Amino acid sequence: MTVSASLLAAAAVLCAVGGILMLTRPLTRILLGAVIAGNGINLFILSATGTAGREPLLYGVDLARVTDPLPQAIALTAIVITLATTAFLLAMAYRGHQLTGTDEVHDDLEDRRIVLRAEVLDERDELRERFRADGDRSAEARRAYRDERRRLRARLRADRALQARGRDATGDLWHDVLGADPEDYAKSAGDPRSTGPGPDAQNPGDTG
Amino acid sequence: MNALVPLPVLLPLCATGLSLAFGTRLKQIQRLISVAVLTAVLGLSITLMIAADRNGPLSVHLGDFAPPLGITLVADRLSGLMLTISSAITLCVLVYSLGQGMADRDEETPVAVFHPAYLILVAGVSCTFLAGDLVNLYVGFEIMLVASFVLLTLGGTGPRIRAGSTYVIISLFSSMLFLTAIAMTYAATGTANFAQLAERLGALPLGVQTLIQAMLLTVFAIKAAVFPLAAWLPDSYPTAPAPVTAVFAGLLTKVGVYCMLRTETLLFPGNRLGDLLMAAALASMIVGILGAVAQTDLKRLLSFTLISHIGYMVFGIGLATRDAYGGAIVYVVHHITVQTTLFLVAGLIERRSGTTELTRIGGLARAAPALAVLFFVPAMNLAGIPPLSGFIGKLGLMRAGVADGGVWAWILVAGATATSLLTLYVMAKVWNLAFWRAAPPGQAAAGTVLESDDDSDDDDADEGPDRMAGTGDEGVRVRHQPAGLAVAATLHGHAVTTTSVLPRPMTWATAAAVALGLSFTVFAGPLTSYTDRSAAELLARRPYIEEVLGR
Repeated sequence: MTVSASLLAAAAVLCAVGGILMLTRPLTRILLGAVIAGNGINLFILSATGTAGREPLLYGVDLARVTDPLPQAIALTAIVITLATTAFLLAMAYRGHQLTGTDEVHDDLEDRRIVLRAEVLDERDELRERFRADGDRSAEARRAYRDERRRLRARLRADRALQARGRDATGDLWHDVLGADPEDYAKSAGDPRSTGPGPDAQNPGDTG
Repeated sequence: MNALVPLPVLLPLCATGLSLAFGTRLKQIQRLISVAVLTAVLGLSITLMIAADRNGPLSVHLGDFAPPLGITLVADRLSGLMLTISSAITLCVLVYSLGQGMADRDEETPVAVFHPAYLILVAGVSCTFLAGDLVNLYVGFEIMLVASFVLLTLGGTGPRIRAGSTYVIISLFSSMLFLTAIAMTYAATGTANFAQLAERLGALPLGVQTLIQAMLLTVFAIKAAVFPLAAWLPDSYPTAPAPVTAVFAGLLTKVGVYCMLRTETLLFPGNRLGDLLMAAALASMIVGILGAVAQTDLKRLLSFTLISHIGYMVFGIGLATRDAYGGAIVYVVHHITVQTTLFLVAGLIERRSGTTELTRIGGLARAAPALAVLFFVPAMNLAGIPPLSGFIGKLGLMRAGVADGGVWAWILVAGATATSLLTLYVMAKVWNLAFWRAAPPGQAAAGTVLESDDDSDDDDADEGPDRMAGTGDEGVRVRHQPAGLAVAATLHGHAVTTTSVLPRPMTWATAAAVALGLSFTVFAGPLTSYTDRSAAELLARRPYIEEVLGR
């Protein structure tokens, strides 16, 4: 079986271009990448035909010399399916644009949490270094330092509330074992908001 | 009898057209069509299973074209069993979703595409189980995927679009990989038919064989969510409506496992990549279950246990003995049922208490004893507590591993034991948090309508829930409703009405799924002997090849 090198080269280039596009953020580019890579793979399927022969028709052509029609059928199927998926992706990109103003694929939530955590910890270490190196032990500096640290802790607490509430000690062993959210119990101690969780509880009328 | 083989694919496809034609004008008829068709498919599948068991594989060449050209559909013991279980489960989930739709007063804001998309999904799943050649398998995958795209992004809310884009892109990528693998196979052997491939692949150079095998395994591992290729699953599944997540978790990943079973036995006998598969299985089990330990949202937690338990089936495939295949098939059957049931229960819990975030719910054992029982049985089943089917599957796999006696097999047996203990720990944690402890303050009372916010990434809102959608920690708003106004909380968005009385069809559908899981214990004898016969048939290869090529 001889294979056309130009077909293979074109397929490789298209797949490479499509692959690079698929690694980008915006959904429309991913879509274009998928279409281009899909075309590359279709060429690749066609190259499985081997040597080019006569057109694969039933009548009037010597059957021994026709091109193998099966890869063409497979490629056609793939083209139709790619068309449908493309239409769906387009609709999805448009819907994403409608909802968020951009069609980018967002970060994975877990990744975002890990990044936030690392950021906050770095910032805290830096702050501590600076405070120690400064040597300024006045009440003013100490309060500023404490405020900064409190701010960072608040950020981390929000993060931790998301992923491992159980790790905060409530002082109640039973709740710690269960992994209950300590904020629930802190709130119920005296916070009137404990009945309606969430920042929007004061504003109940505006849901659509 | 052979003429029945294409029907599990054709019936739902034709019914889709009918269902679309009726649309939402005659909702009763649409529901009736879906239920009737899925019941018929269930009946057909049972017939096919019994026929394949008695008389060997059944096959059909569509359009009567001979194998390399035509489309071949084959039903052997394994396909028959998979078809039966999948249609039973899809029927259960359909009834559940009908209950949810009716309880949510779907009439006002109907989801016109749900029924047709669901039927197409069923057709696609049946097509992959019956496919007798690689191209048809690819087409089956695509039918299933396109339907699953629609179901996953139902309603088009922000979180679902975001979750959906990950899923769509990863599926597109795996489809491309699959096409490339098909092209390679065709270029090397000149056919895509399984039976012919089984005869011709052995003659190829070892390197080419291994390349094709590795390509196909990669594709199926993405579908089955085996560890290094599973990152997409916990991000995309939990945001979908409960019945959709349930059917995805139960079926779509097992389709990947089925394809691995089929290709590893029929096309690539000799188990050359067994050690690699076992390493992937071990990583899958351990990483998945550790992920589940760290989660506090029930749906995400269940998604991670799903990844973890796929490891058991891959373990069986990697061992590649008759006992191991038998154990793997039992495990597939058990896991489809149990995982679906657990997701259905998660949907019921969401309906009862407004969220699946475990830190926000509690006291359900007292408040909803029936729900507690419905959760407890499949949870223990998943962990593998002795009389239940999880134990039977794990026992079969571990016995096969011990009988094999290799280093990897022993490591995997140890890993599987640790994983099942950790699963028990995870399930106990869920049980304690959601059911056993007293209800935490701030839990939504019955009858409130809760609505998830759209995901907005305002980082300055530090107190309270962080409003990251999909984590179960979205901001919860209590909506005050004028008395007597119907609330449209539908499959559309992520809105939930909490009720103390759960809609009856949902509860009964879940109970039926639990009962199906229990029946595997009652009929463990017939089931294991059937799976043993299927494993023997898979390893023998001859009946399959002769049935397809022998006329």
